[in-house]
Amino acid sequence: MFADFLLDWLSAVPGFAVPFALAALGLLVIEKAGVLSLGAEGFMLVGALSGIGAILGLGSQPLPALAVSAAAAALLSVLFSFLVVSLRVNQVIAGLSFVFLAQGLTGLIGTTEGWVNRPVEGLRSLSLIPLVDIPVIGPVLFRQDVVVFLTVPAFAVVAWFLTRTLTGLRLRAVGDGPDAADAAGIGVARMRYGAVAAGAALVGIAGGYLSVGTARIWVEGMTGGRGWIAIALVIFARWQPWRALAGALLFGAIEALIPRIAAVGVQVPQYFIAMIPYLATLGVMIWTCLRGNGGSLEPRALGVAHLREDR
Amino acid sequence: MSQASALPPALEMTMVSKSFDGFRALSEASFAAHAGEVHALLGENGAGKSTLMNVAIGLYRPDSGVVRVRGEAVVIDGPLAAKRLDIGMVHQHYKLVKAFTALENILLACGGPSYGRGLREVEAAVRRHCAALGFTVPLDRPVGMLSVAEQQRVEILKVLVEGARILILDEPTAVLTDREAEQMLLTMRRLADEGRTVILVTHKLGEVKRYADRVTVMRGGRTVASADPDSLSLSELTTLVVGAPVERERAPSPAIGKTMLRIAGLSGARADGLTVLSDATLIVRAGEIYGIAGVGGNGQTELAEILMGVRAPLSGSIELEGVGDLCAGDAGLRRELGLAAIPADRSAYGLAGGLSVAENYAVGGVLAGRFGSWFRLDRKAMNRATEAAVSAFDIHGVRSPRQKVSLLSGGNAQKLVVAREFARPPRAVLAHSPSRGLDVRAAGAVHQRLRAARDAGAAILLISEDLDEVLLLSDRVGVMSRGKIVAEFDAPADRNAVGAAMVHHA
Repeated sequence: MFADFLLDWLSAVPGFAVPFALAALGLLVIEKAGVLSLGAEGFMLVGALSGIGAILGLGSQPLPALAVSAAAAALLSVLFSFLVVSLRVNQVIAGLSFVFLAQGLTGLIGTTEGWVNRPVEGLRSLSLIPLVDIPVIGPVLFRQDVVVFLTVPAFAVVAWFLTRTLTGLRLRAVGDGPDAADAAGIGVARMRYGAVAAGAALVGIAGGYLSVGTARIWVEGMTGGRGWIAIALVIFARWQPWRALAGALLFGAIEALIPRIAAVGVQVPQYFIAMIPYLATLGVMIWTCLRGNGGSLEPRALGVAHLREDR
Repeated sequence: MSQASALPPALEMTMVSKSFDGFRALSEASFAAHAGEVHALLGENGAGKSTLMNVAIGLYRPDSGVVRVRGEAVVIDGPLAAKRLDIGMVHQHYKLVKAFTALENILLACGGPSYGRGLREVEAAVRRHCAALGFTVPLDRPVGMLSVAEQQRVEILKVLVEGARILILDEPTAVLTDREAEQMLLTMRRLADEGRTVILVTHKLGEVKRYADRVTVMRGGRTVASADPDSLSLSELTTLVVGAPVERERAPSPAIGKTMLRIAGLSGARADGLTVLSDATLIVRAGEIYGIAGVGGNGQTELAEILMGVRAPLSGSIELEGVGDLCAGDAGLRRELGLAAIPADRSAYGLAGGLSVAENYAVGGVLAGRFGSWFRLDRKAMNRATEAAVSAFDIHGVRSPRQKVSLLSGGNAQKLVVAREFARPPRAVLAHSPSRGLDVRAAGAVHQRLRAARDAGAAILLISEDLDEVLLLSDRVGVMSRGKIVAEFDAPADRNAVGAAMVHHA
């Protein structure tokens, strides 16, 4: 009985963790380049709608639909970059207004196109051949959809890219010392545009996965604040990819647990659960500050527009 | 040296002029440095040294003039163009990514085939240069954790790995200890002996005499002399740097009273933790202007900030004789005890640009309850007082007391600060570069107000990097160097003697 509960829960965790993980990974890329993107929730909403739109409107398969999610979010992010990188608009205000813009825009398009509450087929489960034969947990953990299987390699690729390639070095330089990067001949604005677009694409996939992958249906505002949790996760992870993945798994586990313990009759206030990620983030921030290296891992130019000192 | 002179100069700049918004930073400056020499570019702050060198590395485009590198006329339109011509500069403010290691920083600037191979190539090159120069630099720690001297070595290595043949070092010893500076200068000597051209931008005469093969002196945007430093005496060099005195009428104090402001053993640190004010001691008497002269960065700014109450001292005391200890409280207490402050940075400490003229004027009296109480602001009284002050202090450009302060010109904004600070007769006044950025008339008006306050019996501490201003106003001159007063002169102070004290102790 308890073993069944445990296995059922564990098998659901990856599906719940993937949106957090991919959104946090995308944000991490953006923030490493020194851009604060509070618009994550907006990019997720756009991803969720465009994914379902690709299936219902264009008759696309689920996987190409996720590519559409990525492209749509990346496209919108160019406008965001134009505001914060080229025009040097306050990044907090620009990010917040993008959330509201995306809420309105996706609600409008989704309802006028009639995409609300129309079930789609969604992603199929695959079996990871050798591992699925492990007794008991094999069939549970290794029979998942393709996005789950690709998430861990995605983290590996991004971590390698950021720390082991010249472009990654330049991207981090732009986020940590834009003046030094500028003096080294790196196009700060170009690098930031690129990082924002790439990161937004990942956040868009996270949103698309919610509608196409797990819910298989679209409703207005369906991301339900996951973009905000992803922002908290990046801070929680001190801008380190693997820690962000661990945090995503933790919050995925919590989210998967809520309906299951409710089903066996244990009542936990949902608002308490919803509060936990932010509480954990606050805790981590306080802890790192008390330890005396507050913000030492944070990109130094995070949220600061770059302006060459021309006198 | 004679052999080198036969070749065209490695870097030659002829009749270079450059203006910023009508301000002439360079006027027909000429400069030539040869391979194999350490060439000092000497001058006071604002003489145009950095501007000239920024032209050489392409950060500024000259309005007119010719730049030649190894005999060929070139257009340097950016740092990349300078890099291609083998010109490298170590800036006064290092351009390093603090979170990166030394190797990563150098790789970032130099590039490479890939991250891993580039890092190995950079490491090999760095080790070669380190061995040749006798350097030690930790290569595997973030540069933010290295000492200032180590960070500077990273900057030099960066320029060397890039392949620079012409090295420009902007005030390289300004932030170093004596020992570190000594090593730094020996390194420069070695680089020149290897056939490179080393340009040392400095305001320290001692360095020039001891280490430079040649010196070019700048003053007021012009190059006034180029010579072998051995052929000039220290006093000749001093005169070249500070220029001939500008004759203006002095007005000595009518009556100097007893000690009013007593600063004893005051020490303070800069924002980055370096102690730059160490054991400064001085007194200012009632009815006296005490002027602090000194090369910028010797603790003057920190002294002013501690006096204003925006920076806490590490030790020492500031006392208003018979009134109380200024360090016992915040800026509000200082105001209450009768200290008026005219800060150097008007826009940061003096005025709130987005607020109105009346609000900026009245804020000094609000705490004392002059414009209403804690829950009611008497706008009418504020406007009346502001209008009176505007006409009394001859502030132009104020159409209404409700007008934003940021619309005022520099001179009128400064007059507004003075009007507010002198609204109640102060016991002591801190005036930090009070005429910075002002034209002659506005500066004259501010000076007149300072003299009037002195004649009314206030003790005035004037801190200025403009030696003319200090000599013109002061009844007593103190020279600040390395965070303390190293010499004092009674008015009229001899310009060359003060100038010599400024640079010899540095």
